[in-house]
Amino acid sequence: MELLAFGDTGWGDELFRATLMTIAVSITAMIIGFLFALIFTPLKLSKNKFLNFIANSYTTIIRGVPELLVIYLFFFGGTGAVMFVASIFGYNEYIEINAFITGAFAIGIISGAYSTEVFRGAIQSIDKGQFEAANVLGLNKLGKFFKIILPQTLRLAIPNLSNVWQITLKDTSLISVTGLVEIMRQSYIAAGSTRDPLFFYSFAAALYLLLTFVSMKLINRLEVKYSRGY
Amino acid sequence: MDLELMINSFPKLLNAAVITLKLLSVSLIIGLFIGLFFAILRLNKNIFINRFAYGYSYVFRGTPLLVQIFIIYFGLGQIEYLRSTVLWVILKEPYWCAIIAFALNTGAYTSEILRSAFQTIKPGIIEAGKSLGISNKVIFYKIQIPIAIRQSLPAYGNEIILMMKGTSLASTVTIMDLTGVAKYIISTTFKPIEVFIVAGGIYLFMTFIIHNVIKFLEKKYSFN
Repeated sequence: MELLAFGDTGWGDELFRATLMTIAVSITAMIIGFLFALIFTPLKLSKNKFLNFIANSYTTIIRGVPELLVIYLFFFGGTGAVMFVASIFGYNEYIEINAFITGAFAIGIISGAYSTEVFRGAIQSIDKGQFEAANVLGLNKLGKFFKIILPQTLRLAIPNLSNVWQITLKDTSLISVTGLVEIMRQSYIAAGSTRDPLFFYSFAAALYLLLTFVSMKLINRLEVKYSRGY
Repeated sequence: MDLELMINSFPKLLNAAVITLKLLSVSLIIGLFIGLFFAILRLNKNIFINRFAYGYSYVFRGTPLLVQIFIIYFGLGQIEYLRSTVLWVILKEPYWCAIIAFALNTGAYTSEILRSAFQTIKPGIIEAGKSLGISNKVIFYKIQIPIAIRQSLPAYGNEIILMMKGTSLASTVTIMDLTGVAKYIISTTFKPIEVFIVAGGIYLFMTFIIHNVIKFLEKKYSFN
């Protein structure tokens, strides 16, 4: 138990901060993923073959290539890409991008591919009559989307999005390879300095289990909220 | 684009892909047995056995694979007693530690897939078997298992692809699999995009093959 004490003697406060970091990275990545889904879902549903091809390449590549490889691409390639863009604007100094941003972005792109598939499936399973009824009611495009389509999409999408959240949360453990101090990295540091890897990695597993458990409870509430009337 | 680097690294990455496939196939075979075992436990009416099987799948599905590998590779070596047993021959090898972690992980997911497949079998089919005077054992092996396998093929195909991506974590415990070699080449040449294209291409190719084999099997074993 002393190993988990708060303050200088134990690892309690460090692990607590690391847990907050894991939550922060997961939420940021999930939001970035939603933004990607917002761009790619319409492309997937579009009738234009070229736009379809772009969206399909995105989801196929991301879902067929290991997460770790994508993270390495961003970790090693991110700095280079940013410096290249900066050099166009005449800035030639070394730029180091924040591990949090690189990590959240890499996981966000992965999470976005899964979210895109979820939203595509949800929109496609909405009854055609709903779109027609919205037209008949004379709603404009925005009204149709926000009042009719989105609420129904959310009801269908939430169970699958909760899976995407679980995947995203667990994927953040891979960012530890870039040095961002989240649960996994902090456990690695603690295990190295106390020579007690069994305890710290088991504790990390327990923390992840707690996070998935609590978030599932919260998502279940959302699910209930959005399935009112069914 | 450094085309020369891409051509030069292709054979190295292809060799590493063989290790990835080895890790994948061995852990899938062991995982299938673990999954079947726990799926059967889940169908047991005894609440303790049931809960135990559920707990196993809950823990392994609720924690990242990386933690599981680290507990087995770094953690178990800490137990003095284990070091003196025969098990240590296996546990000191990163290769076997990775396979144990992968097999236990995929076993947890497989048990869920098989459980739901067993539960979707209509009771009428089992009753039909009984009325023909077939013993429970034969009903299980000759009727329930074949139907369950067919039911679970699409979900199991996804699990195979997820597991193939999961084997990339073996590179964190010093195994030079496809991702391990890719990372090594990236960190020595600082050309991440080129290496990503080649290594990612090989992974995509393997995904493509697995996807089509499963599709073929689905067709072959479909009722119609």
